[in-house]
Amino acid sequence: MRFLLDDEQRAFAHSLDALLTAADTPSVVRSWSAGDHTAGRALWSRIADAGVFALAVPEAYEGVGPLPVELAVAFVELGRHAVPGPLVETVAAAALLTEPGLAKRFLPGLASGEAIATVALDGSYALDGDAATVLLAVDGDGDGNGNGGGDGELRLAHGHGPVRTSMDPARRLTRLEAGGEVLATSVTAGQALVRARLATAAQALGVGLALLDRTVAYVRQRSQFGVPVGSFQAVKHRLADAKIALEFARPLLFGAALSMDPADVAAAKVTACEAAYRTARTALQLHGAIGYTAEYDLSLWLTKARALRTAWGTPSECRELVLSGSARGGSALSGGVLRCS
Amino acid sequence: MDLTHSPADEAFRAEARAWLDAHVPAEPLPSLETEEGFAAHRAWEAELAADRWSVVSWPTAYGGRESGLVRWLIFEEEYYAAGAPGRVGQNGINLLAPTLFDHGTEEQRARVLPPMATGEVVWAQAWSESEAGSDLASLRSRAVRTDGGWRLSGQKTWSSRAAFADRAFGLFRSEPDTPKPHQGLTYLMFDLRAPGVTVRPIGRLDGKPAFAELFLDEVYVPDEDVIGEPGQGWRVAMSTAGNERGLTLRSPGRFLASADRLAALWRERGRDPFTRDRVADAVIGARAYQLFTYAGASRFLDGEPIGPESSLNKVFWSEYDIALHETALDLLGEEGELADDGGWAEGWVFSLAGPIYAGTNEIQRDIIAERLLGLPKGRR
Repeated sequence: MRFLLDDEQRAFAHSLDALLTAADTPSVVRSWSAGDHTAGRALWSRIADAGVFALAVPEAYEGVGPLPVELAVAFVELGRHAVPGPLVETVAAAALLTEPGLAKRFLPGLASGEAIATVALDGSYALDGDAATVLLAVDGDGDGNGNGGGDGELRLAHGHGPVRTSMDPARRLTRLEAGGEVLATSVTAGQALVRARLATAAQALGVGLALLDRTVAYVRQRSQFGVPVGSFQAVKHRLADAKIALEFARPLLFGAALSMDPADVAAAKVTACEAAYRTARTALQLHGAIGYTAEYDLSLWLTKARALRTAWGTPSECRELVLSGSARGGSALSGGVLRCS
Repeated sequence: MDLTHSPADEAFRAEARAWLDAHVPAEPLPSLETEEGFAAHRAWEAELAADRWSVVSWPTAYGGRESGLVRWLIFEEEYYAAGAPGRVGQNGINLLAPTLFDHGTEEQRARVLPPMATGEVVWAQAWSESEAGSDLASLRSRAVRTDGGWRLSGQKTWSSRAAFADRAFGLFRSEPDTPKPHQGLTYLMFDLRAPGVTVRPIGRLDGKPAFAELFLDEVYVPDEDVIGEPGQGWRVAMSTAGNERGLTLRSPGRFLASADRLAALWRERGRDPFTRDRVADAVIGARAYQLFTYAGASRFLDGEPIGPESSLNKVFWSEYDIALHETALDLLGEEGELADDGGWAEGWVFSLAGPIYAGTNEIQRDIIAERLLGLPKGRR
């Protein structure tokens, strides 16, 4: 038992953080939100070059994965920097394209960053359909519980409908067109759903950590009544609660990455997303009016925290899965990994 | 990253589980907070100690197994999963023993620890005073030098389990006029039945005498019962807060077992939809606490100090414990109100004290904000 990231994993996080800090992601997010994907695609390539998407792709198809712990490490950083695009969806797509012919056709492009994928499950919105080059639809297996029935139809759509505005302007929601090319007729979305939830949990944790860092920095320098507002107990205690919520979400995320049990991943998803949202509320309140403006960069994380809560599974769906997992008795959530292995 | 235990650790788990299966009383013991229950729990400590299960992490010389932190966590998981009784010796084991390991003399350890391990001597803490709660350093009880020792006078309060305990430990002011309040304090152990000690039990919320007020009038304490240097008591008392005590005040095993019981109750009650989310959160929270503790233990084993991170821990488990009990009581409906058979109602009363003792959650949040987040100190 050694439940800590190793030096290599930490160095990977650090190098991604450095790459994204240098990329000035807020300006990339703003142009992406306006429908200009040029800077976003360039950033996507650099993220792919750093090896992020290869983590979701097996070695046989020019990847290095699947490596869920490293994927979680990467997505925390992507969330921390509010990176736009169908990042989670590309990871999910890799888990749908497992049949050797499809894997050979699509996975090398996803790993290298040349292709950008999005996914619609049972008619759900596909994120950033206008930016993606691989539009995947799964029909008939989106039962939402991660235990897909195995009889879904996987389809490559040829286009998408109008872009709908999300509360997070960087998330551009589209419906995929009917028809297109049927890729497979008996796929299961279960593994894609589990990976998407893990990546979303990690992204949300990163969003929450960024909100906390920015707010701590703000209340240290913002002065009222002649002292930094961060010296007031009412301010400190809200930030302490945000810190607690995020720090207890983190071990759930990495525990889930180790087991990849659907109930563990659902627990990590609901907890990380609620922690991030709670931190967003605190961040807004403690910034005051400046935080309530679109032009101030805090808004990029504030709105994402809310959107991620329901992306790839609502809090209620995730909790349901946790309880059905604990009813099985063998789930890691009831201590199975630690007690029985 | 690795969450699997070694075969040797799993063998330890199996040994603990087998022993507990054979020894845990079939019926719950009477409440720990009554005279009868206290005696029954003391006898249970002796039974644990007879087979070296009462203090598994301690050196063998004092009754332990030198198990290390990970096996301690494993033992606690098995202990609470087996429904074993609450630990009457926990104040001494969790608070005094780590201080003795760090600051006591060899003589003190040899004298104090073995009877602590068997429950022969049960310890109470004597920190708070009526005018010194969160601001503990403002305490006024005195220790005055006398031939071969000290005379203690003053009043201590909220002393958990002191109504039935044997001895107590706490801080006393040995130098009256120091520039700062946390200077000139001495850490002492004393006998609750010594001449000059009056113990007045205090009924907690449900009337049970779970804590007491201590009146001390020239109580003699020999020099051998001073821990660390006289005048250095604050440093002695606080230094152990940064070691593994921060990890071990409440073991995850306890909450994993409670969450399992709550989930079972929820299923028995027809999977009540109105409490479903809260039950799920209890299951998730226990797992989060377990994994958070495993991460902390891994850092500790790497040689990193635990430090102010233990404040995250304390706020989390104390609030978690209340939410878990509230959910159970809501599920039970009118039956939940019944308080005469222990169970969830008594657990709820106990849980309510969590955010208050061991440093209030307000103090812990100040520590998190100032020492983990780096916010400026302000007026409390």
